[in-house]
Amino acid sequence: MSSIGTGYDLSASQFSPDGRVFQVDYAAKAVENSGTVIGLRGKDGIVFAIEKLVTSKLYEPGANKRIFHIDEHVGMAVSGLISDARQIVETARSEASNYRSQYGIPVPLKYLNERVSMYMHAYTLYSAVRPYGCAVVMGSWSEHDGPQMFMLEPSGVSFSYFGCAVGKAKQAAKTEIEKLKLDDIPVKDLVKEAARIIYLVHDELKDKQFELELSWVSKDTKGRHQLVPKEIASEAENQAKQALVDIEDSDEGDN
Amino acid sequence: MAFMGDTLSPAPLWHNGPTPGAFYNFPANSSNLGPASRPLQDFRAHSASPITTTTSVIAVKFDKGCVIAADTLGSYGSLARFRDCPRVMKVNDLIMLGSGGDYADFQYLRDIIEQKIIDEQCLGDGLNLKPRSLHCWLTRVLYNKRSKMDPLWNNYVVAGIQDGEPFLGAVDKLGTAYEDAAIATGLGAYMATPLIRDATEKGPLNEESAKALVRKCMEVLFYRDARSFPRYQLGVVTAAGVTIDDTVELKHDWSLAHMIKMK
Repeated sequence: MSSIGTGYDLSASQFSPDGRVFQVDYAAKAVENSGTVIGLRGKDGIVFAIEKLVTSKLYEPGANKRIFHIDEHVGMAVSGLISDARQIVETARSEASNYRSQYGIPVPLKYLNERVSMYMHAYTLYSAVRPYGCAVVMGSWSEHDGPQMFMLEPSGVSFSYFGCAVGKAKQAAKTEIEKLKLDDIPVKDLVKEAARIIYLVHDELKDKQFELELSWVSKDTKGRHQLVPKEIASEAENQAKQALVDIEDSDEGDN
Repeated sequence: MAFMGDTLSPAPLWHNGPTPGAFYNFPANSSNLGPASRPLQDFRAHSASPITTTTSVIAVKFDKGCVIAADTLGSYGSLARFRDCPRVMKVNDLIMLGSGGDYADFQYLRDIIEQKIIDEQCLGDGLNLKPRSLHCWLTRVLYNKRSKMDPLWNNYVVAGIQDGEPFLGAVDKLGTAYEDAAIATGLGAYMATPLIRDATEKGPLNEESAKALVRKCMEVLFYRDARSFPRYQLGVVTAAGVTIDDTVELKHDWSLAHMIKMK
């Protein structure tokens, strides 16, 4: 990278001559090394799917979860350094609980996003700290606002999305997401698409083992964020595996 | 130059000694403790007494669960001020909580309990608070507050299912706690408990008989308790979950009233 040896990458409080803050770029790199995370905003809710790379066979199944509950109605899927992400989760939880105690209602995602993204942004401003090496996706569904989803990046920027992807295979995942008519798809079908995309973009040669995590928050769950129930999740996972097999078969047929 | 102190208004030369032109009170002199030397308290603390209050909570165990009932009146002294103060709450699928006493104190603790439940759900380990734990936690909170001379002015009744068995426990504003098969707080302790004891002595209750019994108690209390109200909530907890019915109105008939003459 051009920045190496130039000295402008030592602190988050200094620009490089061409206007970059290298520490923030490096944080984004940390996210790119992590398993793929996708968030889909469908007709009646949000679905999160995560490719959690399992780096050792010695881990218990289900260890190091990457989908978190923030409040009853908000879910968060994280990508990047898990320990950094957990701190963001804690911050988001305390902001959500704070809002609830002050205003007596669940925090609207828009405001939670504002608070958490400002928090992440603050870590791009000082030489004494480093930016967070994680990107997070937050989602909620309410009768009033419908489905809402935001993605926050290490730089502190955040946008509302119809569909988003971060992590290793974000480009491939985005291409797949763009093919979907997100507005028309209910979450129960979206779960299958999400699982399929994660299986599709997973690189079997580089990362052997992974676990698929699925969660949703939708009209059907009454606006509560929850992990996708076992039967539905395993059905989606089986269909995803089958879809992969079908693709491989048709590839062989072409040859 | 902070170390030089404030040069414009220097600190006095010595502390804790006699001041010129003033009486000196020797430290150990008991006359200091007399009323004259105590600071005049020109305010009255209202924080340690209830303002908007609610009356009795009735709760009974039956073979497979518990019932709780409480009316929805918020009294301002003897004034029937607020008519829709629900005070039977669902804590989680296996716990129900009823409260009597200061309504604001209940709302305060209710918000804390609700956040506790959310925090627990956030952990995502599938474990849930059990009624005995909530009951114990309430004793700690209430005892702690009373020890600071600032009690939460409530009676709490915790009803739930603990390891498959019905649980019913009460905690008062001092942190005094007990478990029983039948609990009635406030005026209900005097007027409803005997009715419930009579009924339970005749044999174990089932859900329907327990509900009927509690309804009867609410009716008696409505006739006798001047701080009561005909609209009340009735909640049931069984292993299948918590159901709290919409507010219902009890039937009352005052046609006998003219025959009662007080001397």
